[in-house]
Parts: sequence; structure tokens; C-alpha cells
Amino acid sequence: MSWEPVIGLEIHVQLKTRTKMFCRCELGFGDPENTRTCPVCLSHPGTLPVPNAKAIEWTVKLGLALGCEIAPHAVFHRKNYFYPDLPKGYQISQYDQPLCTNGRFLVPGPDGDAYVGIVRAHLEEDAAKNVHVGGAAGRISGADRTLVDFNRGGTPLVEIVTRPDLRSAEDARIFLQLLRQTVVELGISDAEMEKGSLRFDVNVSVRPEGSSELRTRTELKNMNSFAFAARGIAREIGRQIEIYEKGGEVDQETLHFDPTREDAPPLRSKEEAQDYRYFPEPDLVPLAPARDLVERARAELPELPGQRIRRLERDYALPFYDAEVLSGLPALAALFERTVAAGGDAKATSNLVMNQIVAAGVDPAVVDGLELAKLVEARGRIPRAALDEAIAASGTPGFRADDYTADTAITDAEELRPVVERILEGNPSQVEAYRGGKTGLLGFFVGQVMRELGGKANPKVVNELLREQLGL
Amino acid sequence: MIDTLRLTAEDAAALLEDGEVAAAELHGAYLEAIRARDEELHAYLTTVDAPEGEGVPIAFKDVISTRGIETTAGSKILAGYRPVFDATVAKRCKQAGLPLLGKTNMDEFAMGSSTENSAYGPTRNPWDPERVPGGSSGGSAAAVAGGLAPWALGSDTGGSVKQPASLCGIVGLRPTYGTVSRYGIVAFASSLDQVGPLTKTVRDCARLYRIIAGRDAYDSTTVELREPVEIPAAEDLRGLRIGVPRELNEVEGIEAGVTDAVRRAIDLCGGLGAEVATCELPRSVEYGLACYYLVAPSEASSNLARYDGVRYGLRAEGNGAIREMYERTRDEGFGDEPKRRIMLGTYALSAGYYEAFYGQAQKVRTVIAREHAALFERFDVLVSPTSPTVAFRLGEKTENPLAMYLSDVLTIPSNMAGLPGLSIPCGLSDGLPVGFQLIGPQFSENTLFRAGHALERALEFDFVPPRLAAKDRA
Repeated sequence: MSWEPVIGLEIHVQLKTRTKMFCRCELGFGDPENTRTCPVCLSHPGTLPVPNAKAIEWTVKLGLALGCEIAPHAVFHRKNYFYPDLPKGYQISQYDQPLCTNGRFLVPGPDGDAYVGIVRAHLEEDAAKNVHVGGAAGRISGADRTLVDFNRGGTPLVEIVTRPDLRSAEDARIFLQLLRQTVVELGISDAEMEKGSLRFDVNVSVRPEGSSELRTRTELKNMNSFAFAARGIAREIGRQIEIYEKGGEVDQETLHFDPTREDAPPLRSKEEAQDYRYFPEPDLVPLAPARDLVERARAELPELPGQRIRRLERDYALPFYDAEVLSGLPALAALFERTVAAGGDAKATSNLVMNQIVAAGVDPAVVDGLELAKLVEARGRIPRAALDEAIAASGTPGFRADDYTADTAITDAEELRPVVERILEGNPSQVEAYRGGKTGLLGFFVGQVMRELGGKANPKVVNELLREQLGL
Repeated sequence: MIDTLRLTAEDAAALLEDGEVAAAELHGAYLEAIRARDEELHAYLTTVDAPEGEGVPIAFKDVISTRGIETTAGSKILAGYRPVFDATVAKRCKQAGLPLLGKTNMDEFAMGSSTENSAYGPTRNPWDPERVPGGSSGGSAAAVAGGLAPWALGSDTGGSVKQPASLCGIVGLRPTYGTVSRYGIVAFASSLDQVGPLTKTVRDCARLYRIIAGRDAYDSTTVELREPVEIPAAEDLRGLRIGVPRELNEVEGIEAGVTDAVRRAIDLCGGLGAEVATCELPRSVEYGLACYYLVAPSEASSNLARYDGVRYGLRAEGNGAIREMYERTRDEGFGDEPKRRIMLGTYALSAGYYEAFYGQAQKVRTVIAREHAALFERFDVLVSPTSPTVAFRLGEKTENPLAMYLSDVLTIPSNMAGLPGLSIPCGLSDGLPVGFQLIGPQFSENTLFRAGHALERALEFDFVPPRLAAKDRA
């Protein structure tokens, strides 16, 4: 029998607002413990939450980017449970009336577009951080003591829950990467897994291909990278298939991975049905995002990475792979588009931008599209080395492609040597920097020599002379 | 000599203003009265030796956070807890120059109607020390009635300002929900808690309400007042339409002496020019109490979760296990009434019961609010007794929580609707004060003050407990 994986995700994204969700403590990362706290986020008796308007605005923005409906009336609920990282004994979260519901998120793929359904995206406060002391590698088992750092407590946190629409570990990876890029480009989160500003849990089940049933799922927790997650999901899919093929049943359980040791088998725990006794938070009034504000946010939404991939594919007839790579860095995609607009051939430009520009470490944002288009046009008829030199220099101010592509270039080293020497003498600080390791400056020197000679020099020879003079 | 039993806050302010008495002298007089009488009354949990401020001194219920001054909410679990910040109302009193005399006794976490649920022993009624002062703001009420403070702040969830005011023969206001900040008030039931003044006169009450009311950026549920607070002066009730809800005046358990005193006050309203008519509040009175005992404990069960021994207050040893530390701390720290309500509330919010209990109670609450709103199309003010009984004896109801809960049967319905209520003394029954409750629509405090003041003038009730007045003369 052939099996189909069914995967859903629950993602937590910390918003990078200046202050916390319900008090005005400034947020920071890596500050000394318990220095970003106040009576409100330490839950002293009588303190009350005051919502962060920016966090609400950003959640609306994210909801729109996820294709969600923005609720005209949303409610904060209390989720009650005891834990030392939760000083009030409840978390202010959202329950049956979240801010954003029922979205669909575009995930372009090599075989066409897919949409991942979004059940909801809601706003809540992050818990504080328990620090286990005396055990192995900060883990709870074997620790002597647990201390609490409340700096993180109360950070605005958006929880996004997808429908079980993903069908492979690779799909999940692509989705997570695209989602991450989306929140980063929206400017609302760093979404860095190492810092914990992006976290996710994965629900995995399998079913016979062609069936629409939903079988028992397991929940995978604590994976600290997309690649780790993709491997963990793939392994779990394999494990479940094996169980079914041997005639067994999958147990509903949670698999806690060790973020420090990917190869360690995950700890398993039975899913306890916790009763959180949700009820509407009486210290807050319901949220009622104004229609005109929502519509303005919708109008101001930038092009999202998924849309950009699709547009690059369609408008420029690029392969999916090219569109995905270019879209991965908005500045790269923009350079590609500037260059094509200036006359560069699309596929050739794409190759040059995503391979050579990236490899040369040139900042795509400062490259002139018109000049780059000239290089794209000349790429076949000038020596490879000349093209490389030109690419390396393409980010320097005043870069002119003609300097590298001229036909009547001087190739006589003896004729060029005095010019090279003069340029090096005239730029002692750059020479020193070059010798200090900033080898990217080679392009600068080539450019200077070219300018001196009105572009009439063979870049390959200039390059050789420079290396010889610089002695490296 | 300053007669603290008789001196109103308004009189005290005038003495200060005219320079007849210095602020320190005034504090001194109250501290002296506290020394003389508080051993018997036990109105205070903490007193401040050197109060700061040049105005009329004040006492706060121990539910109000005061920076650097122990704030226990009447609970052992908060013994020794000194807030690092002032509640907004405390800050506003400070800004108005009111020196703090001390913190007053209360039922633990404001749960109770007699102040007997305090972990620090009961407060006694200045009219009769064998009787309770009411609660949960019994310490504040006894302090004002017993001349141990010119005025005081309490908090009212189900009747905790109005009922002790009634039992102690003074004036108490439960303001419209949302007009006074709850920031820094140790929370009991967030959707019901409101801070209110306890004073000797309605004019004092209006003056104190003016100081504490108004939107606070630290409490998202507060609003700006719609009109400035007026200090009442009119001595008639012309043009005022008064409704007498049958159920609030005839519910089982109202003592005959209470009914008589209230009846006389209602008749007086007619004489002062008000139009008086009977009306009905059937569902509010029938379901109010039951509804309250679902909503308030549910919220309390969550609000009291923070007392876990981790950050402040009592911590019991847990033998290295966090669950055990929580359980022992909460077992040792909470008295019976908070435990009872935490259990009730936890149950009412549990999966499978939420809809039938908390959810249903919230729907009933809407019905109660609508029923009141409908009456306010015909009436400006609704009146009734504040408490079905006069002050009862210590220990009389402690063994029967349900009997104790019934003390608030007349104050709870309008509280559930978020409405303001004023209690003024209207006479005596068996030598003990009877309270008269005036309820208005939201933000109608000015109307309540006006009506209360006119009635107060006409009733000529003497707020000084005779036994203390006699003692003073002796």
C-alpha cells in the first residue's frame, strides 16, 4: 500500500515591538536576567494588562499576509495553568474569538502553486524562561534548581495554526521558510530560531493514499531548525508507516526532541487532556479593529515572497528554482528586475545574479542594472576572467561595464605596469587594507586602472599585474 | 479639641484651610483616637506613624496597594508583602495631599460580608462591639463610624462598600464600573471590583469620589467621566422620579425594622418633591445572587492563581517538588472562604461545565442589565434597603456560608449590571443603623449624590454611635 503523510504546523512568532504585550517594559535579547521586568509582568497583586496597540496592528498585518479574515470583534481569554514561568497562573491568549481566522497561504512549488490553509492566527503573551541549574546542558532532568528569568515573559507572541494540508517533510520545510521570510519582510519579527523568536510544533499522521481520513497524529516538539524538523518529520512518517504495515496502531503522543542532540531518540509522553478553564479576560475590553484601518493595512501590504516567486516565474518565464532563489533575498530579485528592465536577457540575468553576484559577495542593492545588463550582453564575447573582474567591481561607485568589455584593450604588460604602480601609490590605505585581507578590493584597483585608461586595457592583464604588485 | 467622632472630612478641610488646625494636629487627633479605641474595634491592620500630606487624612482598605506599606488583603498568604508601587487610587489621594492613616481590616481577599474572614481577626461594629461591621470593607466602615478616620476607601464586588456602610450607619458609594481605576487593587472578581468611598456624609462622599474617579491608562476598563463630579447642595428632590422595585423591598429575609425605616425614607422622598412609584425587577433579584456566585468565584479562582509562593508572600517548603510547594503554600496561606470560592470557580469554569455555569451566568447578567436599563427609562433612581438586616452578632453566620451570602442579596443585582449604588443611613432598628440604597443608571453618581444629600438633610440621622458619644462625654 502507498501512504500519504498528513502534516499540520503550529508556529509561534515573537513580535519585535519595542515593548511587551501588556506592559511597557522594553524588550531585549541577552540582557542580564530579570532586568526587563515591572510589577505588571511579574504579576504583582493588583496589576492589570494594557495591550500593545502596535502588536495588534502587526498581528492584523500578518493575518492579512496569511490571507485571513480579520475578526471585527476579537476577545482575549485567560488560559489557566500553574507553572513557574507563568507568574499570573494564567496566560492571556485568544480562544474561540481570535483576531485572524480562515486564511490560505500561497506556497509556490516546482509543480505549481499550493495553498496551505490557516485555521487561525492569534495574539498572546510569551511565558518567562525557566533556567535549570546544575543538570546537564540546561535540561530539567537532573537539575538541582530551577530559576526563572522574566525578561521574556510578556513578549507579544503570534500563534499560527495551519490546516493539515502539508504532504511531505519537504513541503513543511518550504512552507516554514516562506512563512519565516514573510514575517521578516513584514518587519514584525526577527524570526530567528536560535533566539527563540520563531518556534514550531508539528503534527504528523499518515493515511492510505487516496483516502481522506485523519488518523491518530503525533506531535513533534523542540526542533530547532528547519532541516532538523524536515528530517524528524521524515523519520516519524517512516515510523508510522512501518507500524501500520505491521498491523499495529499509532499512539497519540508527544515526541520531545533534544534540540542539542538531533540524533538522540525523542522522549515520548502521553498527551494529557489539560483543562485550561478558558474564560474571557475581564481585565481587557474586546478588540474591535476598525474596518478602515484593516483596509489600509491591506492596501499597504508589500509583495509577499510567495507572490514574488510566482510573479518572477510567470513574468520572466524563469524556472521555479531561479524564482525561489532570487525571491529569497528581495534585493537580489530587485537587481534581477532592474537588469532585465535595462535590456538583460531574463534567464542569463538570473544565472548571473544568483550565481556570480552572490558568489562575489557583491551587495545587490548598489549594483546599477543598466551596467549589469551590458555585462549580461557581453558575457559571451569577453574573457571569463574579465567578466569575473567586472562582476567583482560591479558594486563599486561609478562602475562602468564598458571598462571591461572594450575591444581595443591594451594587452602589453609593460605599457600597463606604470599605470598600475601609479594607482597603487595613489591609494595606500586601500593597498594596506587589501594586504590585511580585504581581497575584495581587487575589483576597486582594476576599476581605477580602467578609468585611468579610459577602459582601454585588458582586465586579465591588469589583474595579473595587480596581483604581482600587491605580492599576494 | 478635635471631636473625631463628629468631624466630617469637609469640616476637617475647612479647619485646615482656615489655619485653625495644622495637618499634623489633625493626624495626631486620629492617631490618638486609634490608640484609644482600635484595640476594641480592630479596624486597622497597619497604621502609619508619620503620615505625609497636608490634607484631610484617610484610611485605605488593605486591598489597596501602598508603596512600601504592608498590603495583605486580609490574607496570611500576603503577610509581610510590601508593594513596590502605589495603586492608582492611592496615587491620586497622595496627589490630592491626603495623608494615609493606615490600612484597614477586611475579609480575606474581600470575600465575605462581616470582616470575620480576615486572617488577622474580626473587626467590631462601633455601634455594638458584639456585632460585625459588615464586610468585606468592615475595617474602613468601622474606622469612619468609630471616629478613627474622617473618611476611607473600600472596595465593592458584591456589596462590600454599601453593606458595611449600612451596618455602620455611614455613607458608602459603589461607583459605576469603569469610573475608578482598579490598578493596584488586589483582585477578587475583575468584572465586578470597584473602589468606593466610605464617609460620614454624602458631600464627603462626592468629594472623595471626585479625587479618585476618571480614566486611568493603567486600567483598560476605565473610562472618562461624562460630567464633572458635583458636590450636592440642593435640599429637595423635585423632578426626581423614584422607583421602588417590589422584589428588592419585599424579598424574604428583610427584617421588619429595616422595612419600616426604609418605608419612612421612601415616604420622605415624596415629601421632598420626588415622584415615587413601585416597579418590578423580577429576574434580577431571583437570579442575581446565583449568577454572582458563579461569576465572582470563577474570576477569583483565576485571580488568586498568582499566589503560588514563587515571587512574593508566603512560601511553604515543597521538598524540592514544585507541585508540593504550590499545594502547601496555598493550603497554609488561604483561609476557608478563598478556598471555597477557588473550588467553586474552578468547577464552574471546567470543560463540560463552562456553558452551563459561567457561560449561562454571563447571559443572565445581560438579562439583569437589560431589566435595570428598562426601568431607567421611567425612573432616575431605584431605592431599597441596602442590607436585609442590621448588624448581626459575631459568629452568627460564620458556620453557614449561604446565610452569609444572603447579606448581599439586595446589593448584588445592580452590581451585576455595573451600576452605581449609594447607601445612606436612614434610621435605626433596635438601636442599630439601617441603610437605604439608591441605585442609578451608569454614570449617574451626580444624581445619586443630589438625592442622597437631600434625603440625608431631611432624615437628620446622627452618625455618631451613641455608646461612643457617651463614652467621650464621660
